Amino acid sequence: MIAVSIPTQLQSYCAGASRVEAAGSTVDGVLRDLDRRFPGIRFRVVDEQGRIRRHMRIFVGREAAGGVDARLRDGDEVLIFGALSGG
Amino acid sequence: MAAGATRLLIGTRKGAWIYRGDAARRSWTVEGPIHLGQIIDHLVVDPRDGATLLMAARTGHLGPTIFRSADGGKTWAEAKRPPAFPKADGEAARAVDHTFWLEPGHAGERGVWWAGASPPGLFVSEDGGDTWESVAGFNDHPMYSQWAPAGAGTPDGPLLNQIAIDPRDAAHMYLATSTGGVFESRDRAASWAPLNKGVEASFLPDPYPEFGQDAHFIAIHPANPDRIYQQNHCGIYRLDRPGETWERIGKAMPAEIGDIGFTIVPHPRDDATAWVFPMDGTTVWPRTSPGGKPAVYRTRDAGASWERQDAGFPREQGWFTVKRQAFCADGHDPLGLYLGTTGGELWMSDDEGGAWRSIATHLPEIYSVVAAPPS
Repeated sequence: MIAVSIPTQLQSYCAGASRVEAAGSTVDGVLRDLDRRFPGIRFRVVDEQGRIRRHMRIFVGREAAGGVDARLRDGDEVLIFGALSGG
Repeated sequence: MAAGATRLLIGTRKGAWIYRGDAARRSWTVEGPIHLGQIIDHLVVDPRDGATLLMAARTGHLGPTIFRSADGGKTWAEAKRPPAFPKADGEAARAVDHTFWLEPGHAGERGVWWAGASPPGLFVSEDGGDTWESVAGFNDHPMYSQWAPAGAGTPDGPLLNQIAIDPRDAAHMYLATSTGGVFESRDRAASWAPLNKGVEASFLPDPYPEFGQDAHFIAIHPANPDRIYQQNHCGIYRLDRPGETWERIGKAMPAEIGDIGFTIVPHPRDDATAWVFPMDGTTVWPRTSPGGKPAVYRTRDAGASWERQDAGFPREQGWFTVKRQAFCADGHDPLGLYLGTTGGELWMSDDEGGAWRSIATHLPEIYSVVAAPPS
């Protein structure tokens, strides 16, 4: 399983949880698993072309995920952040 | 309709609010904020049932979505599939940045909604706004790249900013865009053609191109759907169908005021009457009330002449900006008019523009104001 850190901007989708567990061998797999349980969450992070949205950041551990194809190993931690976006 | 209770649906840069007025339109109560912090480009009621609300939302971080309420705004659910372009290859593959305009479908097509987006995109829902499809007739039109060139557009991105449907014919539709001007379809969005003859584009080498204009707002007249008013980036226009050449009725505005603005509101029962909110389009285009003296201008002769209506507005140092979705009428008699400013003020007139008063201050930047009957 993968531990996923949920930013405040998305916690309304997860009943207020700041950390959840998800299954997947890539970041996209994890996001799709989350979307099955928390409908709508993926599209707010990734656009219809599969690109991480401009003001969202995803890390695997301390490494920035270059895209949703980034591979994961069991036990990895995925951190989703809302980055800087202006007032 | 006799004067009566009115509901105002307010979309702002930081959430939505609903104002409810009494029958005299004198006392207002407020509900909100709804989805505080989300950018609400449009909040619209379904006139076919009077209860369903659709809201176009995004945030600085999160992608765009649609929220739906079936109970007049008490509870909200997110659309299962918000507007999105089809999957495509390449870096330039389009993705919806935000849904800008929500249009209930024709009165005879319950459950149908249309949406306009940035970058310019047309989307349709057949299930009350829960799932949305890309409309290939516009989004994949062979001329799309010329009608909606990449990089063109407003500070908030290039827009398909409006959809208007002929009340006599669900298949007869108009679009307004910031990149190509007005387009018309007679086959329910399957095919489109530009409709911009006579409309200036002063920012292009050919000032009267077939397309390329910036159509800020169009209004099909409810009582005479052959009459269309347009507030364009470059002036105020009227088109009487089946004619195809727009007439610049803004030429009759006072020269010191000009005919630049974002929106135009027709009188629902009189096709010769309409209101505009002029803004300064000189020098660097401040788009604030000329001279810092807010006013609406009314025509009662289809644009042959205009009269100033400013009673109640600040006499000086009133630098109002009113965006294209933020000026509307309520349909009552006498007609109520409502406008929201980027400074977060909500103003109204209950006598067809004769006198204005503030009904809300200190809201966030107002993006849209929609007047509806009470739920």
